[in-house]
Amino acid sequence: MRIQQSLRLMIALACLSCPLAAHGQALVADLSSHLVAITTGFAGTDVLLFGAVEGPGDVVVVVRGPDQREIVRYKARVAGIFVNRKEMAFSRVPSFYEVAASGELDKIASASERARLEIGSENLRLIPEVERDPATVADYRAALIRNKEAQGLWAPNVAKVTSLGARLFRANLYFPSNVPVGIYQVQVFLFHDGEVRAAQTTPLSISKIGASADIYEFAHRADAAYGAIAIALALAAGWAASAIFRRV
Amino acid sequence: MQIYLPIAELSLNVFGLLGLGVVVGFLSGLFGIGGGFLLTPLLIFIGVPHAVAVSTHANQLIAASASGALAHWRRNAVDFRMGLVMLLGGFVGSTLGVWLFKALSRIGQIELVISLSYVVVLGLVGLLMLSESGISMLRQRRKAPPKPRAGRHPYWVRVLPFRMRFYRSRIYISALVPFVVGMFVGVLVAIMGVGGGFIMVPAMIYLLGMPTAVVTGTSLFQIVVITANVTFLQALTTQTVDVVLALILMIGGVLGAQVGARTGGYLKGEQVRGLLALLLLAVAGKLLYDLVVTPADLYSISRGGS
Repeated sequence: MRIQQSLRLMIALACLSCPLAAHGQALVADLSSHLVAITTGFAGTDVLLFGAVEGPGDVVVVVRGPDQREIVRYKARVAGIFVNRKEMAFSRVPSFYEVAASGELDKIASASERARLEIGSENLRLIPEVERDPATVADYRAALIRNKEAQGLWAPNVAKVTSLGARLFRANLYFPSNVPVGIYQVQVFLFHDGEVRAAQTTPLSISKIGASADIYEFAHRADAAYGAIAIALALAAGWAASAIFRRV
Repeated sequence: MQIYLPIAELSLNVFGLLGLGVVVGFLSGLFGIGGGFLLTPLLIFIGVPHAVAVSTHANQLIAASASGALAHWRRNAVDFRMGLVMLLGGFVGSTLGVWLFKALSRIGQIELVISLSYVVVLGLVGLLMLSESGISMLRQRRKAPPKPRAGRHPYWVRVLPFRMRFYRSRIYISALVPFVVGMFVGVLVAIMGVGGGFIMVPAMIYLLGMPTAVVTGTSLFQIVVITANVTFLQALTTQTVDVVLALILMIGGVLGAQVGARTGGYLKGEQVRGLLALLLLAVAGKLLYDLVVTPADLYSISRGGS
C-alpha cells in the first residue's frame, strides 16, 4: 500500500512538474485517492495530498466536510443542578474541518484573505439562525469550535505542508474513525505576499464500502425486515447460549 | 482489534466491547435485570451516539434475557400468567412513554429528564431494597421466624377488583396491580432506554409479594418481549439499531448471563437483593454527582435536523 502510494506519487509528480511551465499554471495538486472507503476494519486513515507550484509562495490546504446544522446549548445551575437553559442554532457548519499550511498562517495570508476564504476555525462563517448580540454569539461560536475539536472532527492545530525542493509539496490529511460520510472539498491555495495567487478545489468522497455499507443500506431501505432480523438474531443467540450451557 | 460499526458510524475495540457485554450479562443473569442502566451510559461514554446506544442495547437485551429466561424456565421459575398481565400494562405504558419522549426532545430537556429519572428511580429502589435486605439478613441471624406469607398485601391492594389466582407464584391478587406495575415500567422503558428489570424485580417482591425464586425468571421473560417490541419500533422509526454492535455485545452478554444465573443459585435472596441495591445506589450517586458538579464545559453541541 505504502510502496504503491509512493510510486503513484512519484509518477504523478514526474508528470506534474514537466508541463507545468508550458501551461503557465501556478498550482497543480491532487490526492493519492479520491475515495476514502469505510470498511469493517476502518480505524481512521491518511490521504496524501501532493502537487507542484510555479514561482514563489506558500501553500495552504483547507479540508471541509459536508455542512450540517448544529445546536449549541448552554447549561446553568437551577435549584442545585445543571440544566440546559439557552441554545443557539447554527446552520452551515462543516462536519469536518482541517487546515494544513507550509508555514505560519498569519505570516502567509493577510487577515482579510483568511477571513474571506474561511482559513482557520476562527474564520469560519458561523452565523446563528436567530440574530443575537455579538458578545453572546462569540461565546456560542467559541463553544462550538471547542466541542467540535473535542470530537476530533475539527483539527485544533494547523497540519504541515512539506515542501520538496522549490516546486513540489505534499501533506498528509488525517481522517479519524468517526469521520462523517459525504463529499468533501479539498481546497489548495497558493499565497504570495499575503494574497492568493492560485487556487484549486478537489473533491474527496468518504463513503461506506462493503459489509458496513450493505448493513447501513439495508437498515434504511428495508427497516421492518431489518428489525425482524435483528430480533431473530438476538433470540437465536440467546437460545444457542442457553442450549450450549445446559450441556456444560 | 478495531471494528467499524455501520450504524453508530465509528470504530471501537472488539475486545473492549466483548468485555463490556460479559460484565453487563453477568449482572443481568445474577439479578434478573437487563443492565441497561449501566450499559447505555457506558456506550454513550465511549462515543456511541445516544439514540444508537439506546436502540442497540434493546436489541442486545433480547439475547441476554432470552438465554436467562430459558435457564429459569427449565427450573420452572417463570410465572407466565403474571408476566402476560404485566406485559399488557407494559404496552400501554411504553406507547405513553414514547409520546412523552418526543415532547421532551422538542424542548431540549430529554437528557435532564433521563438523568433525573435515573437518580430518583434508582435511588429510591436502591434504598428500599437495601434496608429490606438488611433487615431480613439481621432477622435470619437472630433466627427469628420469617414473616407469615398470608395477608402480606396491604389492605388497599386486597380490596381491589379483578382478583386473579397466580398459581406459580401462589398468590391471589387483583390483576390491576401487576397491570399498573407493568404500565409504569413501560413508561420508564421508553424514557430511560432500559429493560426496566431493576424496578420490576422489587415491585414483584414488595408490591405483589411474589417468591424471589420466580421473580427473576418472570422479569426476564417480560424483558424479552418488551425489548423485542422496542427493537422493532426503533428499527422502523429511527434506524438506529446497530446489529454489528449488538452481536458483539450479545456474545459477551449471553456468556455472562449464564455464569450470572448460576452464581445467583449459590446466593441467598436477600444477599442478591442487597448487592443489587448497592449497585443501583452507586449508579444513582454517580449521576447525581454529574448533575450537581459544574461540568467541564457548560456548552454542549448536538446535531440538529433542519
